Amino acid sequence: MAGAEGDDSLYPIAVLIDELRNEDVQLRLNSIKKLSTIALALGVERTRTELLPFLTDTIYDEDEVLLALAEQLGSFTVLVGGPEFVHCLLPPLESLATVEETVVRDKAVDSLRKISQEHSPVDLEVHFVPLVKRLASGDWFTSRTSACGLFSVCYPRVSSTVKAEIRQHFRTLCSDDTPMVRRAAASKLGEFAKVLELDYVKSDIIPLFTALASDEQDSVRLLAVEAGVSIATLLPQEDLEALVMPTLRQAAEDKSWRVRYMVADKFSELQKAVGPEITKNDLVPAFQNLLKDCEAEVRAAAANKVKVFCENLPEDSRETIIMTHILPCVKELVSDTNQHVKSALASVIMGLSTILGKDNTVEHLLPLFLAQLKDECPEVRLNIISNLDCVNEVIGIRQLSQSLLPAIVELAEDAKWRVRLAIIEYMPLLAGQLGVEFFDEKLNSLCMAWLIDHVYAIREAATCNLMKLVEKFGAEWAQNTIVPKVLGMANDSNYLHRMTTLFCINALSEACGQEITTKHMLPVVLKMSTDQVANVRFNVAKSLQKIGPVLESSALQAEVKPVLEKLSTDQDMDVKYFALEAISVLALA
Amino acid sequence: MAGVGGGNDFQWCFSQVKGAIDEDVAEADIISTVEFNYSGELLATGDKGGRVVIFQREQESKNRPLSRGEYNVYSTFQSHEPEFDYLKSLEIEEKINKIRWLPQQNAAHFLLSTNDKTIKLWKISERDKRAEGYNLKDEDGRLRDPFRITSLRVPVLMPMDLMVEASPRRIFANAHTYHINSISVNSDYETYLSADDLRINLWHLEITDRSFNIVDIKPANMEELTEVITAAECHPHQCNVFVYSSSKGTIRLCDMRAAALCDRHSKFFEEPEDPSSRSFFSEIISSISDVKFSHSGRYMMTRDYLSVKVWDLNMENRPVETYQVHEYLRSKLCSLYENDCIFDKFECCWNGSDSAIMTGSYNNFFRMFDRNTRRDITLEASRESSKPRAMLKPRKVCTGGKRKKDEISVDSLDFNKKILHTAWHPKENVIAVAATNNLYIFQDKMN
Repeated sequence: MAGAEGDDSLYPIAVLIDELRNEDVQLRLNSIKKLSTIALALGVERTRTELLPFLTDTIYDEDEVLLALAEQLGSFTVLVGGPEFVHCLLPPLESLATVEETVVRDKAVDSLRKISQEHSPVDLEVHFVPLVKRLASGDWFTSRTSACGLFSVCYPRVSSTVKAEIRQHFRTLCSDDTPMVRRAAASKLGEFAKVLELDYVKSDIIPLFTALASDEQDSVRLLAVEAGVSIATLLPQEDLEALVMPTLRQAAEDKSWRVRYMVADKFSELQKAVGPEITKNDLVPAFQNLLKDCEAEVRAAAANKVKVFCENLPEDSRETIIMTHILPCVKELVSDTNQHVKSALASVIMGLSTILGKDNTVEHLLPLFLAQLKDECPEVRLNIISNLDCVNEVIGIRQLSQSLLPAIVELAEDAKWRVRLAIIEYMPLLAGQLGVEFFDEKLNSLCMAWLIDHVYAIREAATCNLMKLVEKFGAEWAQNTIVPKVLGMANDSNYLHRMTTLFCINALSEACGQEITTKHMLPVVLKMSTDQVANVRFNVAKSLQKIGPVLESSALQAEVKPVLEKLSTDQDMDVKYFALEAISVLALA
Repeated sequence: MAGVGGGNDFQWCFSQVKGAIDEDVAEADIISTVEFNYSGELLATGDKGGRVVIFQREQESKNRPLSRGEYNVYSTFQSHEPEFDYLKSLEIEEKINKIRWLPQQNAAHFLLSTNDKTIKLWKISERDKRAEGYNLKDEDGRLRDPFRITSLRVPVLMPMDLMVEASPRRIFANAHTYHINSISVNSDYETYLSADDLRINLWHLEITDRSFNIVDIKPANMEELTEVITAAECHPHQCNVFVYSSSKGTIRLCDMRAAALCDRHSKFFEEPEDPSSRSFFSEIISSISDVKFSHSGRYMMTRDYLSVKVWDLNMENRPVETYQVHEYLRSKLCSLYENDCIFDKFECCWNGSDSAIMTGSYNNFFRMFDRNTRRDITLEASRESSKPRAMLKPRKVCTGGKRKKDEISVDSLDFNKKILHTAWHPKENVIAVAATNNLYIFQDKMN
């Protein structure tokens, strides 16, 4: 019998292997994801001699299968017999590094980078570097772009002759005919510079950087900007001015807005990389220009950086620079024609108050905040309101509140419900900043008004808002201000409003505690069990289920149980259903 | 490379004709676009039935001396299917409006094809190996007893007959409200533009769920609409420059560096109208049906109903060259208006060295112009002269007066036989001419 049985542990593996080429992509993908199981069953020898050669040629498959394969191979070293044999993984990864799909190629390069570390220095030169060279001189640009990502991982670990060859290959790729390869080279330039000896950074990388930064293709030049930032961090301060700054200055004034956008987007990193002196002399005027750029996309990107740029200015001259150079530009942006620019500014402008201190804030910034609070675009106003806390710390909310309030009221009544929804979400934050007294006086009525909004999403958010307010201000405050108003709505003629009462009770019971819930809320809920609208009645059942755990157990037995029992015989089947559910959940049966 | 032929330099001769000979033509078989790839080794056509046919040039062989670089079918696939827009109650035709090849990036070939609404990226690849050996099946496909598996088999790849597969890689949809008339791949090889009647969008080749609107000429009130975009193309070398032509006969050149939205053009090409020749039809016949940059990037050519114009990008106020395609039709505009022919959209193309121009006409005639010698020639794509290597005779249309031998009178031109789409091999004197459902390929006669 034993012989006829065969080795049934092989069966599942046999299925996996066969499904490597099933018609169904999902099954192939499954098999590829279990490639390690297959390899384990085959053993290291057969994995190397049979499985890997097969995989090397399966590059016809769907992207998702190839992607999974590329990823698997990155952690396959053990399965081929350890670091000694890791180079066996190179052929399949090499073919994956030439497919047209960028995600697959990138994953293959990732895996190659990973396994490069598992090569001994000798294997690296014998197997890995030749692969990089093959890719770098491949016929198709796909292989050359992949090569760009592999130089930096082998460079530190090879002999100086090979190093020279690698540098030569990289130089060649930087002046490739196709923009795709130049883009790949430009995007890896910074990374490659980091592993080079400083002398070579100066002699090799700088000329490449300068060339790429003046490439005819916008898409190449803009990638060079990022490389420039990395290179600047590597160079000693005294070389920056001569080697990097002319190119970066030129990028900040590039004819293409996309390049200038990139400079604006990387401005904080750039500022850190070049240090305080160059920042003062070069970056401040450059930043001013970006804030005044003719393209809105560039202004928006620069506006986003205003706070971080100001924060990182050298302390001794920070205030002067901001007041004389940056603030005038910021003032203009407040009334920009493009709402994205204003909105970007609004999200950071409040941060300036901590940097400038109380007096400057009151005198110079407050008018700007107020202008933005009155902006026609709701997003701008919201961005201001959501950052109020930073100003609060500097000048106190009282000063701001007078001007703030009308804007909030206006937003609270905006015709677009999404705007109303957004402002509700800021209410708890505002309440915390303004304090209970101010809140009662000015905002409480707004919060109550939202409860009877005609859009359900607003009523729902208003309910949730009440709960957060109670968590902030406490049960006593709730009992005095909110609960009476909420309970009052139970007698409203509109059944939707009566239901809102129930929803509020659901939300508030826990925050308000046993006493208030039992004494004040429960009677109202019970009374509503005789409501003529079935929807209200079954929501009573749901509410009872919800607040049951908060109630005193005597009330549960004496008051809740009879009502639920009565509802469980209701003529409406939904009411019955929820009543029975509540009885079983509260264990009242 | 020499010019258009007809002189001492060389003669065009017939090479091949593709498509059915039948007299009654199925609508779906009508060719709607023709395009060589960058090397000229492949030639793609699209038709009204949504199909794309790709021809590959055969290697020259000594055994068949006559078949010098013939094109044979390489792959055929259905690119677009008819659809229905339920929201607008509109049928979306499957007709392929344009095909554009991508520069070759690996062993596979890629092209963009578009109908009125949706652009698709296709991959055409070869497969010549097949995996063999299953664990659970034997060679004949019979299932093995799962309990009798005693060893594992890893499949082995074996050579097989060459198979060409076309697979859709990306679908760029839902970005055009109006009909797409042009697609053009940018020289950065990562973006392309697509133009409809009122808008131009810029796409990233790898991103299908969004595109950027770079030109929008839709007026707030559609009743104020006076012009539409008729064609658009990216500059062959400068990644930031593109042009679009309009139904008013003007061309705008835009610089994408200047701003994200290219509503303001940087150059405006327009030839002042000659008041003496003004007529009811002036506006219709000045509408530009095609615009093409020269390979050098220095010039562009526009086709309107009666002429082809070559513009120097550095001179906006008038074209540097104007070629009359079928001036004899000027007196016939009224009847051409009545049978709608006046709205036909003729395309035009450059030869590889920009020294000659080709465009189509009626009666299966097509025209070539040599820019250096200013010589022009009319040729005909017809079955009659379709013997291998038969020389094409120049045709002549007579206008009034006495008809000479070999001439054809304007009145006997067949306006149903129109040549709208032509393509010129990027490096050699090989041309592809679409005549209704037939594709003619002509070559120069080598000495």
